[in-house]
Amino acid sequence: MINHYNESKGLHLNYSIITDLIEKNSKVLDLGCGEGTLLKMLTDEKNCSGVGIEIDQKNAIKSIEKGLSIIQGDLLEWLQTFADNEYDYVILNQTLQSTQKPDIVIQEMIRTGKKAVISFPNFGYWRIRAYLCLQGKMPKSNILPFEWYDTPNIHLLTVKDIFEFCKQRNIKILDSIYMKRAKAFKNFFTVTMTNLFTEEAIFVISK
Amino acid sequence: MTSESQSVGIVETKFFHINEKIELESGCMFGPVQVAYETYGRLNEKKDNAILLLHALTGDAHAAGFHSKNDKKPGWWDDMVGPNKAFDTNKYFIISSNMLGGCSGTTGPCSINPETNKPYGLTFPVITISDTVKVQRKLVEHLGVKKLIVAGGSMGGMQALEWAIEQPDMVSACITIASTGRLTAQGIAFNAVGRNAILSDPDFNNGDYYGREKQPEKGLSIARMVGHITYLCEDAMHQKFGRRFQSKDKPNFDFNIDFEVESYLEHQGRVFVGRFDANSYLYITKAVDYFDAAGKYGSLEEAFKNTNAKFLIMSFSSDWLFPTQQSKELVKALVKTGKDVSFCEIDSPCGHDAFLLEFETQTKIIKSFLAKERRLHD
Repeated sequence: MINHYNESKGLHLNYSIITDLIEKNSKVLDLGCGEGTLLKMLTDEKNCSGVGIEIDQKNAIKSIEKGLSIIQGDLLEWLQTFADNEYDYVILNQTLQSTQKPDIVIQEMIRTGKKAVISFPNFGYWRIRAYLCLQGKMPKSNILPFEWYDTPNIHLLTVKDIFEFCKQRNIKILDSIYMKRAKAFKNFFTVTMTNLFTEEAIFVISK
Repeated sequence: MTSESQSVGIVETKFFHINEKIELESGCMFGPVQVAYETYGRLNEKKDNAILLLHALTGDAHAAGFHSKNDKKPGWWDDMVGPNKAFDTNKYFIISSNMLGGCSGTTGPCSINPETNKPYGLTFPVITISDTVKVQRKLVEHLGVKKLIVAGGSMGGMQALEWAIEQPDMVSACITIASTGRLTAQGIAFNAVGRNAILSDPDFNNGDYYGREKQPEKGLSIARMVGHITYLCEDAMHQKFGRRFQSKDKPNFDFNIDFEVESYLEHQGRVFVGRFDANSYLYITKAVDYFDAAGKYGSLEEAFKNTNAKFLIMSFSSDWLFPTQQSKELVKALVKTGKDVSFCEIDSPCGHDAFLLEFETQTKIIKSFLAKERRLHD
């Protein structure tokens, strides 16, 4: 449900970027882990140990079938049970925009994780802006394929929003990677430009 | 289930004897004890491929296979135990025993007290889940097992937890299905009604009814009827029986069996008295009611602190006797103590009974969990 563009180039790139970001032998918590593809990559390629939280029973079973430790349930409910600094990384991949309370989720992520990794589709991407501007309808794209009435993406955001959010709450941005048309960039000169040209963003943050 | 799944074939119940007295949780010294058990598959050289299956309230040692060629009914978990099944007998040495206090071969209230040469009846000591585990430990040691995976549903899940908590040196993995760290007040209440039905049966005779013409059949069957209500759920009952009448499409206007659901309960009660002992029902339900891992250790976190097992906890969405919330409490305590745990709530319309019915989903999950456990082990 959340993995909008399964098997597409973008998703593979997203997985490999996150895998590159994570240090070897880390203890990771993957929130909304879907079928466990990323968590499996992290255990295989980075020798990570970890737990995935996944609300969907079918996905949870597919993850367990990959040999992963999985807790089926609501990510915020379970996130709140983990101790402070329990994990080296808490990952929320392509899910932030569909959580009920993204602000609390981020706060909880940096409480239980020494570092948190968030990725989300950037609503500030120029094509999205152009879609809304020219067509006058809620934008749809590869990353945002849903109709306005059945989208799980209830808290869409932009790159600029995250910069502002982190500043207001004294959250450190340790790293950021921007993706456009299945290619990764470190930035596009300024935040305004980056916000325009980024299709999907990945941030590493901490307290 | 895969197409290569097969039965374990013809199996035999064996007996193990503990000749010395064992100290029960109540402080009582009790013995000797006979244990009825069955095994499937082979113990490997390292003696670490054993799985102990723990039966639910009225189960027995006969978990899989058939007792003879003409035997029509396989063991109680046959769907799950056998070559290529969830508990794969090609890979594991699987042990199943009848619990202490039972009535299917293991010493219980219907056994002969060697000191009086009469059945124990109500002179049998009150037992706990911990006592049953103590007896099982003697059995698995006798079988030469060094490391163990424990698995059970319902009361069997309680025993699995008790194993992981009290025998951390032996248990490498613990599978707890449709179970809890302690029964709800509602659960105790239903057991109390069952026990009251037995105790107030005029033929109960204070537990001394063995060999008599009249047995406390009415009481035991009512206890079973109550039990069966709790094993289903409203939706399952509605699907199965609705408000349909037994034979005609109009009521009898009397107090005989009218509704299909009445007939079902009456049938379950009647069949049960043929295979179960009323005293055992009293003792075992009491053991279930007493089980309280959090109470015993102060908290669930404290109870799990010294466990060395990986845990797999499963619940069923429509189970209101051992509700998902209670499984979640176990998982949360395990998470808080930093233990390796997987948890799955399986969608099922079957109520508590689902753990004996929804074997396909359980098979997928258990197989994957065990495969991982095995990789880590090797």
